[in-house]
Amino acid sequence: MTDLVWLLLTASTPILWAALGEMVAERAGVLNLGVEGMMITGALAGFAVAHATGSPSAGFIGAAVAGAALSLIFSLVTLVFLANQVATGLALTLFGLGLTAMFGKAYEGMKAPAMGFDWVVWMGLLLVPALWWWLNRTRAGLTLRSVGDNHDAAHALGTPVRLVRLGAIAVGGALAGVGGAYVSIARVLQWTEGMTAGAGWIALAIVVFAGWSPIGVLAGAALFGGVTVLQLRAQAAGFHLPVQLLAASPYIATIIVLVLISAQHKYLRRGAGAAPGSLGQTFHPDT
Amino acid sequence: MADSVFRAEGLGKSYPGVRANDDVSFEVRAGEIHALLGENGAGKSTLVKTFYGLVRPDEGRMVFEGQPYAPHDPRAARAAGVAMVFQHFSLFDALTVAENIALGMEDPPPRRDLSRRIAQVSRDYGLPLDPARRVANLSAGERQRVEILRCLLQNPRLLIMDEPTSVLTPQEAELLFATLRQLADHGTAILYISHKLQEIRAHCDRATILRHGRVVASLDPREATAGELASLMVGGTLRVVDRSGRAPGAVVLEVRGLAARPVTREGTTLSDVGFALRAGEVLGIGGVAGNGQEELLAALSGETLTPVGTVLMEGADLSRASPEARRAAGLLAAPEDRLGHAAVPEMSLAENTLLTGATRHSLSPRGMVDRAAATGFAERIIEAFDVRTPGPQAAAGALSGGNLQKFVIGREVLGSPRVLVVNQPTWGVDAGAAAAIRQALLDLARGGAGVVVISQDLDELLELSDRFAALNEGRLSDPLPTEGLTLERIGLMLGGAHGMEAAHVA
Amino acid sequence: MFRLEPRASAPLLWQVATPVMAVAATMLAGGVLFALMGHDPVAAIGTIFWDPLFGAASGYSRPQLLVKAGPLILIACGLAIGFRAGIWNIGAEGQYIVGGICGAAVALAAHPAEGLWIFPAMVAAGLLGGWVWGMIPALLKNWVGASEILVSLMLVYVAQRIAAWMAFGPMRNPEGFGMPGSRNLQHYPPAANPELIAGTGIHWGVVAAAVAVVATWVLMSKSLRGFHIRVAGLAPRAARFAGVSPGVMVAFCLGLSGALAGVAGLFEVAGPAGQITDSFGTGYGFTAIIVAFLGRLHPFGILLAGLLLALTYIGGELAQLMLGLPAASVQVFQGMLLFFLLAFDILTRYRIRRRPRA
Repeated sequence: MTDLVWLLLTASTPILWAALGEMVAERAGVLNLGVEGMMITGALAGFAVAHATGSPSAGFIGAAVAGAALSLIFSLVTLVFLANQVATGLALTLFGLGLTAMFGKAYEGMKAPAMGFDWVVWMGLLLVPALWWWLNRTRAGLTLRSVGDNHDAAHALGTPVRLVRLGAIAVGGALAGVGGAYVSIARVLQWTEGMTAGAGWIALAIVVFAGWSPIGVLAGAALFGGVTVLQLRAQAAGFHLPVQLLAASPYIATIIVLVLISAQHKYLRRGAGAAPGSLGQTFHPDT
Repeated sequence: MADSVFRAEGLGKSYPGVRANDDVSFEVRAGEIHALLGENGAGKSTLVKTFYGLVRPDEGRMVFEGQPYAPHDPRAARAAGVAMVFQHFSLFDALTVAENIALGMEDPPPRRDLSRRIAQVSRDYGLPLDPARRVANLSAGERQRVEILRCLLQNPRLLIMDEPTSVLTPQEAELLFATLRQLADHGTAILYISHKLQEIRAHCDRATILRHGRVVASLDPREATAGELASLMVGGTLRVVDRSGRAPGAVVLEVRGLAARPVTREGTTLSDVGFALRAGEVLGIGGVAGNGQEELLAALSGETLTPVGTVLMEGADLSRASPEARRAAGLLAAPEDRLGHAAVPEMSLAENTLLTGATRHSLSPRGMVDRAAATGFAERIIEAFDVRTPGPQAAAGALSGGNLQKFVIGREVLGSPRVLVVNQPTWGVDAGAAAAIRQALLDLARGGAGVVVISQDLDELLELSDRFAALNEGRLSDPLPTEGLTLERIGLMLGGAHGMEAAHVA
Repeated sequence: MFRLEPRASAPLLWQVATPVMAVAATMLAGGVLFALMGHDPVAAIGTIFWDPLFGAASGYSRPQLLVKAGPLILIACGLAIGFRAGIWNIGAEGQYIVGGICGAAVALAAHPAEGLWIFPAMVAAGLLGGWVWGMIPALLKNWVGASEILVSLMLVYVAQRIAAWMAFGPMRNPEGFGMPGSRNLQHYPPAANPELIAGTGIHWGVVAAAVAVVATWVLMSKSLRGFHIRVAGLAPRAARFAGVSPGVMVAFCLGLSGALAGVAGLFEVAGPAGQITDSFGTGYGFTAIIVAFLGRLHPFGILLAGLLLALTYIGGELAQLMLGLPAASVQVFQGMLLFFLLAFDILTRYRIRRRPRA
């Protein structure tokens, strides 16, 4: 039983971290579709650092730095060059996948160093209340939410909108990096090309499912972890469905969840759980 | 004579192609309500944004309480003691009243203390508000109270109000002035931006009038007539519209028991709206913003479909008809928002004719676009409505508000409608263009069409309409003949003061 | 300091110049990257962009240009129509895979029959398969407002798993000695999509791409429907006011782009790829997004952009062979290209002015 719970926790952890990061960015009004790219970059960078130092913890820190660094490209293109966030996020994902495929060749077939205490799982769980408190109870969190709700009004109050967003995007990148590294360092224990396999996109869907709240993200990540575990169990039990179709279940589950939650948003208008007011919109500072 | 709180000396600001402010000098004294008067585009907004640190002047300087004053952002302005209530976009819908107020303060007290102070100040000034409510659920008047409270909690020395009464009923405006007077009596200087002459004459101590970015007069508005102020504002005498030669005919449009859902998250539900419009008649529909105007226009234009039997035109039921089918039947509409609704700013004027003119002017035979015909139609609109533009290939977004509005109205008027519905036809338009648009609407009615004018500008409605109805919280009052209506009666039709009376009794 | 002043409309000069600038910047940045990795940057860039066309092996690589550009252009035309309307189909890769599977299914079911009906039936199945896969996000968006971005993307992964299942299960070649993968359709003439003119690389998919370019141009530039698509993307409320139903628009754009991606998959499985394998999807659906943007969502631009990106594929392979550059460097190139393009786009939308002294 506890085994199953642990399995569920570890299966949820990459998505939890990535989705929490994306939630922070989206609460600041930034839709970054590059989560997959930042996760895979974190997966490789984390693995490389862990391999070089022999310390998984150092690997996770390296992954956070790498994810945040990659996110800076997104910040530059969307905040300074005012490009469309959807297209730029997509570019970030394609770029991250390419970059890691290129530099990852050298690491193929290597084994990750052994993990001691798995602090990433526990820290992920701690991040949920911590982020809730930070968003809802601190001045900085309030400022972040105000920027996401209405960037023109925030600008009129003198809030440095782009600086706040830069920070939120970097936090999103760092958390996605850790989430990705958890896949390579703690779950698969090696590096393979494209190993995050859409986890970043699932994280994006979970932020919607969560209604942009940390607790909701936890629930969404747990749900996803549950489907993954169930699917693995079903495979092991020699279930009648072909393995390849079982492997598609997390993606189908994500679609179903998206549909249910969108239906709920549609029929219960406004109130909590609505998208931040300026999500995905380009902020033009001179008007 | 009270001391000067704020002084502007020779302020100037240019944008490409526009001299927004030119050598502007004036001063605001402690305890006075000082009006800054000017028509749209006179440079009022640029000027107050300069005072509030959102715009940096190209030349000139400012003095605040005897010290040189050059705020580089709104934060610095607030720290110095300048507060501003915006006309638009300054509240956060998803946040609570208390959170909105905290964001406007440099050093907000802890949550509980803040709530207590909000309650305190709102009692003192008669501005009832629940700090825990979400702003998204507040009415326009309540939102403004949040803005004012946000300012008052900082004890500003200078309070700037940008067109504050444009979202209020006459009664609510009276209450606002009571609050402002109370503040002024405590020594706060108030800079009041408006283009409404009556309220300035009734409530302000001093008025500075701007035209084309320059100060043209500074005077005591109580000693001037509305006509004098108006001619200073527009630099000449206003054109008076010609209402003659119209006779109401048979009913052309009948609306019965109309109900519609909100078109936006902040929208209003329409319920049981009904009226009958005659040929040759102008029906004015007044109301404070956000009381269902957009929904009414959408229900008539066909953007939202309504239950069977709610929209009847000359006997035909159009309730379930698409916008194109309604246009084919002669029911045309011009929405309020020119940029992005009535016109596509990125597209040329010629292309913009295709939005609504495709069928009525056969601009697209067999599904293909006839560019020459579209250009020709655009040229006819430009010619007939004196639209100032380089030509039909100019992007709609490059036109000034007034010129684009003339184009949009012209596009529908030239479609020879049986019924034309317009929302805010002269909002944000300079006086010359506004007069031309109003005259075009009256001429259309003279030609036998029915015209519905939805507007928040009561003066405009009284000038144009034969009958007047008020839209309040999604319901429409019975239309009354405009002749003999008093402003007070209209105010009550518009919903009075939206639950504010109780607060001001104390 | 500088300030940005929005332009009322994008000048043609910048619309043409910015993609060219983006390509140049990508070559420059790519060169720096290669230099850092210890390769000769000039040789590397030359191998990728010059040698496939004019180098020693160009006799082999030139026809490949059209083989690779065909599906890219076909898919990108459909995507561009949707992007113009503000509808983000980023799951073309999945629609491509499903179209290929459906087309192959017809061929495998018909095997070993002969008949002229087989190939047209496959084309229809490919169109239909891609259309269905595109209509799923469309219907979900129209019913409940589910994001078409996420749903179409999720369906890529589902399609990949289905392709794997097909390759290992129902479609496995009974004469394939247990190897995964379907029969090779190139060896089954009624279902094959061969090179039509020897040495050019032209197959039916390339012909279809050429037709798609012209048809897209007529649709977008000449028809009222195309006008409505552009209005929907620029100003959704104006589109509604004009009488365009948003739901119909979503279904039209996702259905059309899905069908085009699907038929591209069909031409691929019947031609260059030859069979369904678990790695049937090779990323054309994603690269086509870059092609659409690089071509400025204009069909003629897409034609050029498709050829250019096809060149990077072939050049990348060549560079891998000749210089030992990593295969994935092409992907990095493509990602960089999109970044530069998006960044330079600021020049078409804003006028950049020096801020007057404060």
